Amino acid sequence: MIKHIKNTLIAALIAVPSMVFAAGSNYPLDHADYDLTDKASLQNGAKLFMNYCLGCHQMQYQRYQRTFNDLGIPEELGQEHLQFTGEKVSDYIRSAMPTESAAEWFGAPPPDLTLVARVRGADWLYTYLRTFYVDESRPFGVNNMVFPEVGMPHVLQELQGTPSKTTEKRMVDGEMVDRYVGIKSDGTGELSPSEYDAAMLDLVNFLVYTGEPMQLERKAIGKWVLVFILVLFVFVYLLKKDYWREVH
Amino acid sequence: MWKNLLDWIEYRIPMMRVANMHAIQYPAPKNMNFWYVFGFLATIVLVNQIVTGIWLTMNFEPSAERAFASVEYIMREVDYGWMLRYMHSTGASAFFVVVYMHMFRGMIYGSYQKPRELIWLFGMFIYLALMAEAFMGYVLPWGQMSYWGAQVIVSLFGAIPVIGPDLVIWIQGDYVISGATLNRFFALHVIALPLVIVILVFLHIVALHEVGSNNPDGIDVKKPKGTLPEEEKTDFTIHEYYTNRYDYTKDVIPFFPHIVLKDMVAFCFFLAAFSYVMFFNPDMGGYFLEHPNFEIANPLKTPEHIFPVWYFTPFYAILKAVPDKLLGVIAMFAAIIMLVLLPWIDRGKVRSWRYRCGLHKWNLIVFAIVFIFLGYLGGTPQENWKITASQIATVMYFGFFGLLWLYSKNEDTKPLPERVTK
Repeated sequence: MIKHIKNTLIAALIAVPSMVFAAGSNYPLDHADYDLTDKASLQNGAKLFMNYCLGCHQMQYQRYQRTFNDLGIPEELGQEHLQFTGEKVSDYIRSAMPTESAAEWFGAPPPDLTLVARVRGADWLYTYLRTFYVDESRPFGVNNMVFPEVGMPHVLQELQGTPSKTTEKRMVDGEMVDRYVGIKSDGTGELSPSEYDAAMLDLVNFLVYTGEPMQLERKAIGKWVLVFILVLFVFVYLLKKDYWREVH
Repeated sequence: MWKNLLDWIEYRIPMMRVANMHAIQYPAPKNMNFWYVFGFLATIVLVNQIVTGIWLTMNFEPSAERAFASVEYIMREVDYGWMLRYMHSTGASAFFVVVYMHMFRGMIYGSYQKPRELIWLFGMFIYLALMAEAFMGYVLPWGQMSYWGAQVIVSLFGAIPVIGPDLVIWIQGDYVISGATLNRFFALHVIALPLVIVILVFLHIVALHEVGSNNPDGIDVKKPKGTLPEEEKTDFTIHEYYTNRYDYTKDVIPFFPHIVLKDMVAFCFFLAAFSYVMFFNPDMGGYFLEHPNFEIANPLKTPEHIFPVWYFTPFYAILKAVPDKLLGVIAMFAAIIMLVLLPWIDRGKVRSWRYRCGLHKWNLIVFAIVFIFLGYLGGTPQENWKITASQIATVMYFGFFGLLWLYSKNEDTKPLPERVTK
């Protein structure tokens, strides 16, 4: 019985937040199994970001230096291979594109991506990056499954190849209908589908890191805080018990 | 040496006398249970909010241009700034958790009844000031929810006939929510309201100590002076301020160390939960820090769903349940005024729900469930069934007070015990 109640409570705790924030399209999100302790993955994510995203999007609250240090990249090496904007290693990661022109070109300035993982969630980003598809009706010739009418081109096309929606014929209620089964690349990209997925996971990993660069430190400190509270509790409880012995 | 110094001070200011009277030798009933720890916890959270708030102010920049960036500066570049910020943001929600528990305690044990009406009233004023404080604090990081939440709440004042629209401009300090609004909310959040809250807390405690703490049995632990034989009086040292006026039964223990130690045990549990949230789940799934608030305020882009933070959602649901905006605002304020008037709505003479009629117990339990359900309705995206549900729940919310007023006049109560029970 108690176990049953516990399970229900846990299920409710998990379900409630996701109900609140299941906004936008109802496209089922793929789980992003990122790992913030994987430095190689973070470094690859940073490389992808600097090469493909930073052209338009900023990361104006995060500094190069902090990023290099946290990701285990020597500063000189980082400056040489990853820093395309700014002069000093202590500069913020800013886009080279002027905001006013960007607003003119895209309708709205491309959003800052420092905190995008905290706004959208890792799963959303991971799915978003992998569900662009050819749609000639859109200004940039592409659309997105989780972000319908998206206002940006598919900048990762050279990696993924040209992706298109694939459907299969299915019999539903006596009628043949096209059922969506997924996004498929035409194979002209530099990466195979599984390599592309792995690269996108690295990119998401990096974005999760920049959303909250101190999060590993936060959890590490938190463990010791909880241990301290446990010890404090033991002493406080014994002291309380001792004093309350004289209360009848 | 130490003694001399204390005497020197005591001769000039009543330091030890006040400490003895209000903290150390304050008479407390020995049967105060789990429900009685939340006042202590609320005080701790208040101190936490003030201290972390002072440190946050050192790096926060209250302008529309810099507010969002300065919060990220605190999160990333100020040494342990993230810890201060999470202590403050988790503290805001924790404050409401403990305050709601504290209020419900008062309701189930009748702590608002005669002679404690003023304690309840000061408490309700603290709650109102706290809501204003929390709302203005939420605007400061200047994220999307800060901006649009402020938009929704400030626009409520626009529903007031005749003066409404001008009132909104007066509050905003501009024709729209802008940097001017942010600046004044900052001033109110960091000095005006904290000052009001601290003064009200002081009055709340002074009023409490004048009439004494209630307890889960809702019976008095003090008797008229001279009515108790010596062997039935408490063995503990109670300050003469109290013993000069009343005789205290053996049910009374001093606040220090007994109650303080008990509160400290509860504090350990509280601190563990608090630390778990702030170190492992500071967003609390989007409830303590809403996801859209990590995006800078953009007056041109309305978020898909606008919710106030969880502690306001029950009242937000009442607001939305009424189709007319003005009537909705009236219903929302009436919901709070009902709570303020509780000591006069309840006409009963017995305090604790332990000795009141069965209907009273159910009324309180249903009220608590309805309040939580309203919170759920107000904090999740609008759906058709929720409109009807929130209307029913709103009627039930007010129904609690109506029923209470009716049955409390001639209520079937159980006999009260002479002395407190376990």
